[in-house]
Amino acid sequence: MSGRVGAMELTGFLMVLSLVVLAAAAPILAPHDPTRAVAPTYGEPAPPSRAFPLGTDELGRDVLSRIIYGARISLIVGVAGMLVTMTIGVAIGLAAGFFRGAVDVALMRLTDVMLTLPALLLAMALVAVLSPSLVSILIVIGLVSWTQVARVLRAEALSISQRDFMLAARSLGASSTRLIALHLLPNVLPLIVVMAALSTSGTLLLDAGLSFLGLGVPPPTPSWGRMIEEAELYFRTAPWLAAFPGLAIFYAVLGFNLFGYGYLRRQSR
Amino acid sequence: MLGYILRRLGFGVVVLIGTSIITFVIAFVVPADPAVTIAGAKADPQTLAMIRTQLGLDQPIYLQYARYLDRALHGDLGRSYIMRESVTHLIAERFPATAILALCAMALSLILGVLMGIAAAAYKDRLVDHGLLIVSLGLISMPVFWLGTMMLVAGGLYLRSFPLGGFGDARSLILPTVTLALGSGGYYSRILHTSLAEVMGQDYIRAALGKGLSRRAAMLKHGMANALLPLVTLAGLDLAGLLSGVVLTETVFNWPGIGRLAFEAIFNLDIPLIMGTVLFSAFLIVIANLLVDLLYVWLDPRIRLGEAS
Repeated sequence: MSGRVGAMELTGFLMVLSLVVLAAAAPILAPHDPTRAVAPTYGEPAPPSRAFPLGTDELGRDVLSRIIYGARISLIVGVAGMLVTMTIGVAIGLAAGFFRGAVDVALMRLTDVMLTLPALLLAMALVAVLSPSLVSILIVIGLVSWTQVARVLRAEALSISQRDFMLAARSLGASSTRLIALHLLPNVLPLIVVMAALSTSGTLLLDAGLSFLGLGVPPPTPSWGRMIEEAELYFRTAPWLAAFPGLAIFYAVLGFNLFGYGYLRRQSR
Repeated sequence: MLGYILRRLGFGVVVLIGTSIITFVIAFVVPADPAVTIAGAKADPQTLAMIRTQLGLDQPIYLQYARYLDRALHGDLGRSYIMRESVTHLIAERFPATAILALCAMALSLILGVLMGIAAAAYKDRLVDHGLLIVSLGLISMPVFWLGTMMLVAGGLYLRSFPLGGFGDARSLILPTVTLALGSGGYYSRILHTSLAEVMGQDYIRAALGKGLSRRAAMLKHGMANALLPLVTLAGLDLAGLLSGVVLTETVFNWPGIGRLAFEAIFNLDIPLIMGTVLFSAFLIVIANLLVDLLYVWLDPRIRLGEAS
């Protein structure tokens, strides 16, 4: 049984790995320059052909090359957004679970309030107000999506803090900092890795949604969400323009989800 | 029980105050000067000063917030800078379209989630279970706006059986509803699957099996009664997620609801309208969560009898 479940994590890991390779080797793998007009069909999108397997967009740019280069910006936003989210979420979750009492109540009330707000709406408002740039998008993603991470880690920190080895270390006079850094953190690390994978997939979807609404990383950087937004105008005449970048987002999100959920599923047995 | 309901009510108020502070801060840090937005870039200083006094922008921030809160409590969310209409009126005008879409999507996703969750738990560790796991993970991994676009292409362009977006007869409702429901449905099926698996290991299920009840009957009669509880909580909480999906789905399908109103407001940096839509969404979610809490009291006798908090 565990073999099959391990397969889920492995598949997810390989999918993510293939994306990393794609992003790193983009200049070698991409057949064309993603920002230059390379097709003769100027002014109108062209369907997939032998020369351009995924077609070209209205400016004559190669869709395949744009998707390959798009892996770069998507992975950067996904991972960096995840890091911001995890930093906030882990800090709040561990603090609430470790210190308990008033700290816990205050932090969890804050979490509950944030959970009640529609994340995308809040993110839209914040990005619009801060004006879209890579940095503002990363901050906003972190600010609206740390709640789930904090909740899960609080529960784990609560239960680990009650264990004997924590009590033993505490009674030997270890400081809170030492307890958290040397005893609590190593024990929640596997959970942190899982939440990191799941939060990366969440970040990818949130960023894609923002890009689709025109609030993503500004052009000409080819991001998958923005490609779908630009393709929206041509969805009657050139549906492939929206289809392929969407498949790329789907592939990336699914990879991270398989990895995270695969691990969770094996743990719960 | 009364204490429980009062506590939940109190929490709802805290959430709304928190939201109002957050939206107010957003409005405050916005770089655009509201007076310039209203009067235009060529307005003379006197006009700008007059507008600022009119809006109370020359007063200290806590007074401005108190004024905003006082008006919001009276149902006045200000006037849209761009559309020159009362925000409350604009929201009331757009709300029915969103309500229909959200309710239909919620219902469909719960049906999907419950069916898939039961099927996966009934055939635990068999092919059906693994297949449904992959399907539900696939559903939650799809960007909702892409799914919507593909639905439009497939159902509207190729099959020609659905309109290409817009708000009209019942048929125009189908594609947006399915788009919104698939993701949540996949999510709910995972939750139900996990909680059913947990419940099925409990003593009272073993007792039911011991007295000769079939596994299927034990699961549907006794298991579901308990496994549904986490799903109810999540469905209430997930309304926040659903509203996020609504913004994207309404944009794709050109659906004249709150989501598109919010999108237009943000696009125009129309501050009162942005604050209004965010605050209104939070209000909806708080109300929905209160209803869920009440539903809980009815579903779970343990709360009614004051056992759990």
